[in-house]
Amino acid sequence: MDNRHEAGFEIVAREDFSDVTFLLEIDHPLMAKAARPGQFVITILHDHGERIPLTIADFDRERGTVTLVIQAAGKSTREMQQTCRVGTRLLSVTGPMGEPTDLGDVRKVVLVGGGLGVAPVFPQARAYKENGAYVIGIIGFRTKELVFWEDKFKACCDEFIICSDDGSVGIKGLVTEGIKRAIRKHGDIDRLVAIGPPIMMKAAAETTRPHGIETVVSLNPIMVDGTGMCGGCRVKIGDGIKFACVDGPEFDGHEVDFDDLMNRLQRYKADEKLAFEKWSEDCRQQLPEDSDPAAAGPAASGPERQQPQVDAGMFDGTYRMGMPKGK
Amino acid sequence: MAKKTIRTIPQDRTLMPVQDPAERARNFAEVALGYELDAALNESERCLLCPEANCVPACPVAIDIPGFIEKISKRDFRGAYDVVADANLLPAICGRVCPQEDQCEGVCPVGDTLEPVAIGRLERWIGDMAIAEGWANLPYTEPNGFKVGVVGSGPAGMACAADMAKAGCDVTIYEALHRPGGVLRYGIPDFRLPNEVIDAEYANLTRLGVKIECSTLVGRLFTIEQMIDEMGYDAVFIGTGAGSPQFMGIPGENLIGVLSANEFLTRCNLMHAGEFPNYDTPLHLGGRVAIIGAGNTAMDAMRVALRLGADKVHCVYRRTRAESPARVEEIDHAEEEGIEFHWLTAPVEILDDGEGNARGMRCLAMELGEPDASGRPRPVPIEGSEFEFEADTIIYAIGTNANPILGQTSDLKLNEWGYIEADDTLATSMAGVFAGGDIVTGAATVILAMGAGRKAARSMKAYLGIRDSETVYRPAQSGSDGKIFGIDAEERNFTRIRAA
Repeated sequence: MDNRHEAGFEIVAREDFSDVTFLLEIDHPLMAKAARPGQFVITILHDHGERIPLTIADFDRERGTVTLVIQAAGKSTREMQQTCRVGTRLLSVTGPMGEPTDLGDVRKVVLVGGGLGVAPVFPQARAYKENGAYVIGIIGFRTKELVFWEDKFKACCDEFIICSDDGSVGIKGLVTEGIKRAIRKHGDIDRLVAIGPPIMMKAAAETTRPHGIETVVSLNPIMVDGTGMCGGCRVKIGDGIKFACVDGPEFDGHEVDFDDLMNRLQRYKADEKLAFEKWSEDCRQQLPEDSDPAAAGPAASGPERQQPQVDAGMFDGTYRMGMPKGK
Repeated sequence: MAKKTIRTIPQDRTLMPVQDPAERARNFAEVALGYELDAALNESERCLLCPEANCVPACPVAIDIPGFIEKISKRDFRGAYDVVADANLLPAICGRVCPQEDQCEGVCPVGDTLEPVAIGRLERWIGDMAIAEGWANLPYTEPNGFKVGVVGSGPAGMACAADMAKAGCDVTIYEALHRPGGVLRYGIPDFRLPNEVIDAEYANLTRLGVKIECSTLVGRLFTIEQMIDEMGYDAVFIGTGAGSPQFMGIPGENLIGVLSANEFLTRCNLMHAGEFPNYDTPLHLGGRVAIIGAGNTAMDAMRVALRLGADKVHCVYRRTRAESPARVEEIDHAEEEGIEFHWLTAPVEILDDGEGNARGMRCLAMELGEPDASGRPRPVPIEGSEFEFEADTIIYAIGTNANPILGQTSDLKLNEWGYIEADDTLATSMAGVFAGGDIVTGAATVILAMGAGRKAARSMKAYLGIRDSETVYRPAQSGSDGKIFGIDAEERNFTRIRAA
């Protein structure tokens, strides 16, 4: 292995999808070669930074890069949004972590991405398609402005449904509406994969449960090392406890205790608010008035600490399922 | 000089100054301050310099203990360091964290009548001096063309890496975290082992030519098989540690406020959660902290919690102090700092405050029964002894399981508990791949892991056909450079064998 990462991991491309959602493409040839759908990385912005798990949204073996899609919600992701530019480096990008998706011999699969969850579900859609499966894609956003990767996703799908909470694009309603339509139309769905905020994954699992359709969800608990060492990411699956970082992150959606997961995601809520406020204050002192990052959006109320591989900020109101937040 | 006897040596073990308990319980500065020169000289006089010393075989890395102590007493400090560094690249670390009372000091004959020689304190003193003076024991090595990969930068990996580098191999260590050191970094807190000491002793590794690649998760980024088949490694050592924390499986363990000692210590030691929000990683410590378990990790967790401002820290252990696996000094220090110990107490449930947070535990009082498989008396619950124990942060320090990643990603043979199977030479089921430390034995100590790393290095050298030698390079003390063709004639261990 060469020493190109000694000073960190270089960002080679950035794309902003909205005020809050952005993409970083990172130079990491070994990771590009090793990554498989379903896996995640842990990133660290700088030497005072925290370890943030993010699901790999794409990887390009020829370019030697991996792609992450990030939602600026709390202190760390907003700082990433502000400071990550092409040519800058992340202190650490470690992985690929977790067990890759087992594509099995699935012939017909529904892939559901909610908000930022569209990013991690994309490599799975592509892999199922390449594997010869019939792919039904369902993606949902709060509103039209937040939509990203619609064409990229659609290109891997045999059927495609887009939903929005406010009806500004596609079906008006939650992704569960799309799931119900797909189930009505197809009696032979082998598997449904849902990635998004826990409340969305829970709703997706409840929608498929009466039909007995195998449902895979990718969990996003708070974690530190991501290598099975801290146990912070423990989740209740059926009667047992699993570590999402090494046993998952994908689990049987019908077995997951989502209420327990959602409670545990609240662990550092107060601290996150404090970190964000302090950071905003520091920025205000450092920057000219008009670049105040706090003006970019509401203060994060949701957990971002070590957050979710998928939805760095889906609790802060940028994505809603029309259900009460949290537990 | 007349032969020393038990009657002629200084009778009292030389005390090591420590920070005042009330003061230190609120800071992260080192607790034990180490010997000064006079203290070290005095203590070195207490060694009887036994010709067939018990302490040497009792040391997992077989340091020539009387040899280095004799050099201290003769004020040849550099010579003393060279003797230690022969066997142990990390004297400043091991002097601090080894359980000497169970090893070298436990078999010291002085201890039959008096307190044993404070071998650990002397080792630390000489290690600290080497750091202060910038000494490094760098042998002359001739590259032999072999490429060795080491997985994990903890004590096992570093000991193996050092020996292989000294033998002339091109060594690369891969570390999954973003900083090297393994358990020394994420596990052992600063007041017991300052980060600067780790950095200084690790710098010796890089001076030996060892490369350390952090943020590299072996198994997932590339596999052990790929290291051998595609990346050109002639041999691989696995020292990944045990690492996966155990919970008890009692109700309420997923409540907010319940965490493993690994998570707690990693947040604090590696990620600086104690300095939140200047560092981004939060901790959210409660006022009333209970630590379950009484090993070294438990002691570390308790004392970190205290230093981070917990009002009260409790230790809950189902056996008694006598059965506690912690170093005696750590229990003493914890007690002095005001940790409250609840021996013979076992939690049976974590209690919910109604909002998903832990508010305490339901516990049972225990009594000691017949010895169990570990040889220690089995704790038996006393019927009807249930009581509630209030705590808002509950930390599990009851041991670890094998980390599953290498098992998931390679064909290495594992035992029934998921640890890597290795034979007496520490060879695994895969040719050229060796393993040692906690990932083979289950959780043990830093020094045992280092011992395993060195043992694996010996086997690895045999496997590669590299001549092994008991002696290492000693820099000429005379000041004259007696080298011929750049090779010191006195030096007996430079490597002549090259890869075919």
